[in-house]
Amino acid sequence: MNLEPTEEQRQIVASVRRFVREQILPLEAKLDPDASELPKEDFDRLTAMVREMGFWGLDIPAEYGGAGVDLVTRTLMAVEMSQHRAGLYAPCYGVFGSAGLAQLYEATEEQKQKYLYPMLRGEKRGFFALTEPSGGSDPARAIRTRAVKDGSDWIINGSKVFISGADRAHFGLLFARTEPAQGRSGITCFIVDTDMKGFHVRRVVHTLRSSHYATELEFEDLRVPEANVLGEVGKGFAIANDRLSRQRIPYAAACIGVAVKAQALAIEYARQRETFGAPLATRQAVQWMIVDNEIDIRTSLWLTLAAAHKADNGQPYRMEAGMAKLVASEAGGRVVDRAMQIHGGYGMTKDLPFERWYREMRIRRVGEGPNEVQRHVIARDLLGAGLR
Amino acid sequence: MAIRMTKPWIELTPEAVKVLPGQLGVYQLADPEGHVVFIGFAGGRSLFGLRSELERALRERPASATRFRYEVNQQYTSRYRELLMLHVADHGTLPVANAADPPTGLGRLAPR
Repeated sequence: MNLEPTEEQRQIVASVRRFVREQILPLEAKLDPDASELPKEDFDRLTAMVREMGFWGLDIPAEYGGAGVDLVTRTLMAVEMSQHRAGLYAPCYGVFGSAGLAQLYEATEEQKQKYLYPMLRGEKRGFFALTEPSGGSDPARAIRTRAVKDGSDWIINGSKVFISGADRAHFGLLFARTEPAQGRSGITCFIVDTDMKGFHVRRVVHTLRSSHYATELEFEDLRVPEANVLGEVGKGFAIANDRLSRQRIPYAAACIGVAVKAQALAIEYARQRETFGAPLATRQAVQWMIVDNEIDIRTSLWLTLAAAHKADNGQPYRMEAGMAKLVASEAGGRVVDRAMQIHGGYGMTKDLPFERWYREMRIRRVGEGPNEVQRHVIARDLLGAGLR
Repeated sequence: MAIRMTKPWIELTPEAVKVLPGQLGVYQLADPEGHVVFIGFAGGRSLFGLRSELERALRERPASATRFRYEVNQQYTSRYRELLMLHVADHGTLPVANAADPPTGLGRLAPR
């Protein structure tokens, strides 16, 4: 397995790096330290620039107008795109486009016309509602939201929590139990419009990630037509799981990008900051922190590239993607923590990006499947499918 | 947690503003009848946090505001948006002094 970047990949990485330095960082310096959005005119201008570069729609399949890049290249780009203050959850403030709800690629043509294509054109926003107050890591058992057939419609009652973007969305994917007696085969995915009667965004859920908040939803006799079932009745669990492994790879890459930037800042500061007549860089305590950072970064990067390489070659990669997510999210947290320590008091301030990365990196160990669940999945792959 | 801000109003005077904390947070301004006319936040770029923001309010008096109330809050970005969405849910519109420059992509809430 050769994971050395090709010449083309090096050029792409250099272009993205230049874009972040020349376009994103100057704008970010003027924004609130917790901001996750650019002013509209800047967003539109940079999106047009990215389209011109041929990079818009990185996660959108080429047949739907996306950039059509392979996952290894996508990973290398994600590492660069996240190297700024908002980069962990808003890499380049979204100007590279988003695949949105990838599950809609499996929709009927009618559903695609109504939801997928407007979403890809940026005209509609969607949300993904799986987690409930009863849990999110084990949806087969935790989902209590109930959908009951009524003529040609379904009536949905229940609630969801930790749902991003529902307050701003036009529609969403909602997972509900259609067969109470069955586990994963009793779950169905519905496409719901947010202006349907009975759909409520009850509150903002405030977390460490201040600007990218979550919401709590409630459904009261929400009537959804049969045409809005995504896939088949009882097959929602497969839809929920689909692409999860793939998403974990750029998710890991963003952690690595932030770690790379934190390490660069730490090295720069260690070289210039003097204590007791000598630069911090001459102190063994600081040197070891920088060495440990580098080991964490490289371990994460190679695992993530290895997962991407397997995915690109059509090999099973669920375990590798889980390992990449697990290692990168934990390593990223350690790197940011050490970089803060090297910066001393300044590391704690909103003058520098570390405090935001520190808060947001903590979430990464829980998001996209908690790391304990990743370990569980990896153990199952190693020890056999029968293990529960 | 109560999602609406229910603290008592404070008269918007130099004396009241002078003693405000220099921390991050959110605030509301009201007219003499107690109608919220502006919702703002003191973020990481506010020189002296809430005190700086309310000093500005004192100078500029948006929508002739005469009172204020505030919350010290590290999650000022999400709380700010929540308060704006709540105002829209309760009154159908943004506060008068926010309407001219609304934040991009404000969502919708349907609180109980």
